[in-house]
Amino acid sequence: METTNILLAGVGGQGVLLASQIFTSVAIEADLDVKQSEVHGMSQRGGSVTSHVRFGQKVYSPTIDPGEADFLIGFERLETLRNLHCLKKGGIVIYNKMRINPSTVASGVAEYPDDVETRIAACGEKVYAIDGLGLAVKAGNARSANVVMVGAVSSFLPLPESLWETKIREVLPAKLVDLNLKAFHLGREAVKK
Amino acid sequence: MSEQKAILSGNEAIARGAWEAGVKLASAYPGTPSTEILENVKNYTDIYSEWAPNEKVALEVGVGSAIAGARTLVTMKHVGVNVAADPLFTLSYTGVKGGLVLVSADDPAMHSSQNEQDNRNYGRSAKIPVIEPSDSQECKDFVAIALDLSEKFDTPVFFRTTTRTSHSKSIVALGGRTEQQGDIELEKNMPKYTMLPSSARLRHPLVEERLLKLKEYAETSPLNRVEYNDTSMGFICNGISYQYVKEALPEVSVLKLGLSYPLPEKKIREFAARVDKLYIVEEGDPFFEDQIRALGIKVDHGKDMFPLTGEFSAAFVKKQVTGQGPDLRAVAEGLPGRPPAFCPGCSHRGIFTILKKLKVFVSGDIGCYTLGALPPISALHSCVCMGASISMGHGIDKVVAKSDDYSQKVVSVIGDSTFFHSGMTSLLNSIYNKSASVAMILDNRTTGMTGGQENPGSGRTLSGEEAIAADIPALVKAMGVKNVVKINPYDLNDIEEKLKAALENEEMTVVVVEAPCVLRYRISKPPLKVDAEKCTGCKRCLSVSCNALSLEVKDDKKFVVIDPNMCAGCGVCAQVCKFDAIGE
Repeated sequence: METTNILLAGVGGQGVLLASQIFTSVAIEADLDVKQSEVHGMSQRGGSVTSHVRFGQKVYSPTIDPGEADFLIGFERLETLRNLHCLKKGGIVIYNKMRINPSTVASGVAEYPDDVETRIAACGEKVYAIDGLGLAVKAGNARSANVVMVGAVSSFLPLPESLWETKIREVLPAKLVDLNLKAFHLGREAVKK
Repeated sequence: MSEQKAILSGNEAIARGAWEAGVKLASAYPGTPSTEILENVKNYTDIYSEWAPNEKVALEVGVGSAIAGARTLVTMKHVGVNVAADPLFTLSYTGVKGGLVLVSADDPAMHSSQNEQDNRNYGRSAKIPVIEPSDSQECKDFVAIALDLSEKFDTPVFFRTTTRTSHSKSIVALGGRTEQQGDIELEKNMPKYTMLPSSARLRHPLVEERLLKLKEYAETSPLNRVEYNDTSMGFICNGISYQYVKEALPEVSVLKLGLSYPLPEKKIREFAARVDKLYIVEEGDPFFEDQIRALGIKVDHGKDMFPLTGEFSAAFVKKQVTGQGPDLRAVAEGLPGRPPAFCPGCSHRGIFTILKKLKVFVSGDIGCYTLGALPPISALHSCVCMGASISMGHGIDKVVAKSDDYSQKVVSVIGDSTFFHSGMTSLLNSIYNKSASVAMILDNRTTGMTGGQENPGSGRTLSGEEAIAADIPALVKAMGVKNVVKINPYDLNDIEEKLKAALENEEMTVVVVEAPCVLRYRISKPPLKVDAEKCTGCKRCLSVSCNALSLEVKDDKKFVVIDPNMCAGCGVCAQVCKFDAIGE
């Protein structure tokens, strides 16, 4: 298997790292080499967060360079657009349409652009815009939007559905497993239509 | 037994490596990107572990443990080594009994730091070996090798990671714990451990001899590895740069230095002779390059191609060497930034709202409150290093002409953990030398910026046991400060009144703000609401920089809304509103 590069982009507190953990544990179970990278520290407190997940036969660098992401998984629309240059030609964008105001917008220093979605759609690649928040609420908890996104990506990867389910059971606390499995399947279906 | 494997960050792997190699004691002060090492060590109950108030103390605790005979791990971020440098340089002379590994987590590109110093230089200056892992497996395995080296050569070992090795995760094969020692029995060995000039003079030649022996060891060490492929290009690299070179240029020959100091001269000469063109790829300083050039070896490309600043990547290495890269899309322009900000409900928000209003010079320090420098607050005017706020404020106060103009007055701002770290000595100096400055100690009962670790004021140890919580007002009074004032950080009038009184005072005032971190202790009150009828859309409340607030426009009317899921009900925004539009 050639190396697959998945770039996850969102806002601190959205569960980007937990989603990354599901990808890495699925890759290990599939006997692949895998690396994941993120930066802690200042990325908390409502700042932008990106996480790089790479898996394949042999992976050296833990980071994905601009123009090399096979998948850009946006947890928020502005963060999706901010990282769009990381997508490779022929890559796939899957993003949650939700909007979270950055502190610069909340404080009136800057404005949240109203053309974010049109600019993403204009990238010339396959783009899937998902109502991640709505599907998460449907699954039973707004905080499961991260697992909705994992579900959406999973349908593009040649790894069995049961493997994803097993790892979601392992990674999440027992009482949240059922609703997250539901979130996973809602995400998986959302990109099939 | 089948081999167990796990995906671990470099920091998790170092903790695991310490456990497997029989470490008995670990000490650290938190600092990105090193913090998670001890947070993971604490889960291995075979190791006694603790947070120290600063890196110097952490290392000294480690020195005690190592000369008593126990295998020891001490960890810190790169700038922490500056604080610990005093014991480090003399520890080089005394050597150890049980192995001692000092982890320095460097931060090229300054993801969360005030500088990007290259701490390999410390190894050279202190004359001790430097080990650099390039992934999590090496992070784990090299800890055991480092401890063996430490004991074999009677030296502390410097273990340098960078943010990418500390925080990236990769697959690690796990092993069990090997106990290296039985019960530790204390022995006396004065000439070795009492560094009076007479004994230190006898130790220094041994340090120089040790370095020669380490140079010999470097030639055959498993830490240094040659991978010959196409010999038209040869790359000498270390740590994460090895991964970038292998990803970018799989066909080239590589000399990977896991032991970065001292260098294996013969091995480098041999490698240089076999390859047509020699490249050196190292983030930070030309540490290898300068030494290799000094040996008279021709280096074709080093810092001319791979800069002194920032981080590299696989694509960057490829681009620099071959000129090739992927087709790049344009970076989206005109997007609002998303910098970190004070959390909703944070006790620092009200303080900085008033500091900004008073237009004083704010002498800052290292912690969450450093975010007070970012717009729209923009009210923190200096930040150099841990503990510097009070001492710098004192220096400013001594030279600036006395004036009633607040812009000529200084208020130092420091957090509890930073105060314990090195602010206490600064304050002692200020009060001893009759400072007239104002110092604010923002005590939120945690080490916030690194993710909420315990500290000597939080009432708990690293392992979660109850501990004595230092009493900051009592401490400050004991130093001789007469004017110790407490304020409520959620009452803007209280802050303003007491700060003004402190600024008018000709004697030093210490303002103590006791308000636990809302994030760490999950504190929140019912969310507030905006009365859209009363709101004029003046944006005054937005100036307190809270992510729970945003401006909406409906039917040409502008008004602010509060996200009930984010609002912690702190009431700071309501107090700045001139139209009484924000309430419960």
